Amino acid sequence: MVDYVWLIPVFPAIGFMINGFFGRSLGKKVVSWVGPSVIGLSFLTSILIFFELIGKPPSERLFEKVIFDWVVSGSFQTVIGYQIDPLSILMALVVTGVSFFIHIYSVGYMHDDPGYTRYFTYLNLFVFMMLNLILANNFLLMFVGWEGVGLCSYLLIGFWYEKDSAANAGKKAFVVNRVGDFGFILGIFLLFINFGTLDFTDIFGSLQKNPQLLDTNTVTIITILLFIGACGKSAQIPIYVWLPDAMEGPTPVSSLIHAATMVTAGVYMVARCNVLYSMAPISMAIVAIVGVATAIYTASIGFCQNDIKKVLAYSTISQLGYMFLGVGVGAFSAGIFHLMTHAFFKGLLFLGAGSVMHALSGELDMRKMGALRKKIPYTFWTFFIATLAIAGIPGLSGFFSKDEILWQAFSSSHGHILLWAVAAIAAGMTAFYMFRALFMTFFGESRVDHDVAHHIHESPKIMTVPLMVLAVLSVIGGYIGIPHVLGGANHIHEFLAPVLGGGAEPAKAHAGISIISQAWASGGEAGGHSAALELLMMVISVVIALIGIGTAYLFYVKNPALPKMLAERWKGLYKLVFNKYYVDELYEILFINSLKNLGTGLWKGFDEFVIDGSINGTAYLIGVISGAMRKIQTGVVQSYAFSMIIGGIVLVVYYIVRAIFY
Amino acid sequence: MWVVPAIPPALYLMLSGVLFTIGVIGALTRRNAIVVFMCIELMLNAVNLTFVTLSRALQSLDGVLFAFFVMAVAAAEAAVGLAIFVMIYRSRETINLDEINLLKW
Repeated sequence: MVDYVWLIPVFPAIGFMINGFFGRSLGKKVVSWVGPSVIGLSFLTSILIFFELIGKPPSERLFEKVIFDWVVSGSFQTVIGYQIDPLSILMALVVTGVSFFIHIYSVGYMHDDPGYTRYFTYLNLFVFMMLNLILANNFLLMFVGWEGVGLCSYLLIGFWYEKDSAANAGKKAFVVNRVGDFGFILGIFLLFINFGTLDFTDIFGSLQKNPQLLDTNTVTIITILLFIGACGKSAQIPIYVWLPDAMEGPTPVSSLIHAATMVTAGVYMVARCNVLYSMAPISMAIVAIVGVATAIYTASIGFCQNDIKKVLAYSTISQLGYMFLGVGVGAFSAGIFHLMTHAFFKGLLFLGAGSVMHALSGELDMRKMGALRKKIPYTFWTFFIATLAIAGIPGLSGFFSKDEILWQAFSSSHGHILLWAVAAIAAGMTAFYMFRALFMTFFGESRVDHDVAHHIHESPKIMTVPLMVLAVLSVIGGYIGIPHVLGGANHIHEFLAPVLGGGAEPAKAHAGISIISQAWASGGEAGGHSAALELLMMVISVVIALIGIGTAYLFYVKNPALPKMLAERWKGLYKLVFNKYYVDELYEILFINSLKNLGTGLWKGFDEFVIDGSINGTAYLIGVISGAMRKIQTGVVQSYAFSMIIGGIVLVVYYIVRAIFY
Repeated sequence: MWVVPAIPPALYLMLSGVLFTIGVIGALTRRNAIVVFMCIELMLNAVNLTFVTLSRALQSLDGVLFAFFVMAVAAAEAAVGLAIFVMIYRSRETINLDEINLLKW
């Protein structure tokens, strides 16, 4: 079965071609069947391959299938080849699985859209590209997938291109991503210069055998360049600005591309290059710090957003920050684990938001919602479950993955107590703004516009069933990674170990830990410091989450006047956060305007003056000269003959003179 | 039997030069296309004369050979050229060269 790995990306490609070339003539019904079912087939193939892989001993769980030689040019050789290992198959399962349900949801959500066929064409193309990114066995094919998903993201953000804001948002996403891709491709170049190949197994294998192949500086530069790429795709500081705007796309797109799959590609790539990153402690520190800074920074922006999708967008960036924190402290499997659970609950949150919009005729502003709990119960309950999961309530998937990251941020040899503290506070903030969104949408008094209010309706089954499936996954998704301290087996960690290494070394006794654990020990608890400490940390993070939820309850259910009062009190701060710290405006001044000025300068100064000037000048000069010269053309044959004779005489004279003097 | 004294080649060449010059002047000054044409024939024949003279003087047949080529070309040219004149005369009622000057700036 592993031999048929190429089927996984090929099915969506077939769907893309059918929908793209014949979709119009085949009609809506066929497209509705083709679009989701090709993804379903991919999902099925992934499951079969997954079970075959499980059946093998862990050391043999690596399989490469070369389809054909792609680029053969001198010493540069690359194939189209797919790689199956625990990491890629897990990603493939998540991507195809979540995509499948979102495709089904889309059938309902996009039902009345005139661009229905185009939508599924793009969506299938996206899944094809995403699977190329994940399953590629070399950097170049990964880059193709990387750019491909970027393209699809652009196409789908600007799906309603007749809206100016959507077209601009698509452009913004595309341009900002270029910044990251620039770093990524430079990193790939450096890898090729140093290894002469782009194959994952070749590069990582030779590095594992002989770590001296790269000196620390080179590997640091490579990993930082690759991380710049990851920053662009996964929307980290400082190039996260495109993701909030990307919410202009249809909601299932936000769910699939800008929450569950594409934006996690950066995390996947860093995890895939874990061998490189492990060799570069500086890069690891950068990844972790950028991750945790993004997590808390965007969480704070989430406080003041009134657009439900914007809240979720900032929440996504924040959660991606967590994943980078995880991989940055060497807990690669924890990062991937959170990636997976996040795909479930954030995908679900977006789909839930879509369902709310569906009920409210497209309303996005949470100030015009409220009290929807009873009116759209399925949406409410699934949204509620996802909110609990993201807030880190014990027993749901988000708790296990987030706590794993928090614990690793504290205990791993790359970790630090500050990283843990910031991440824990961000977790509390996450709980706060997510419950704020939940309360504003589903609780309190109805603030729905009057003419919208009387046709509030629950979404059709085709939309609610995917919600329920994802809700179930959001609950049980964490149980494959129950930490040892809670008596679990942490299957996912073990499963990923062959690719990602055993994870970070066991807790080293740095200052923070030793102080706390001493205090703990003196408290009378003998033995199992680490385990006891881990439990303590867990309790702390749960308490922080509960505080966040409690605050949200107080602010938005108990005393809805309170937030307004606070906003009045700290007007400056509120305005700063409400306007997203003016980062967009700052970038506008720093980069966009200066680039615009540079462009205008080059256009007026160089293009129009130098290039156009020289070309037009040449043409003008030739015009003047030929204007004078053409008078020679009298049309009288005899004058032509005369000049011929003159020429002949000149020649003869020349030869005679030459003969005489030389 | 009296022996005709051999005429030195220089005289032939001078005659040829004179003929050529007459041809050039005629071709440049006459208005009638037919006359111009005849002048060109004169120039060609002046050249032919040079060829033949030098062929004789240098004891080589190459010159004579070229003279035949020139005659063949001249004949072909006369045929085509006269045909063109006929056509021009039919459309413009004149073959005065200074009136046939449409092909100018």
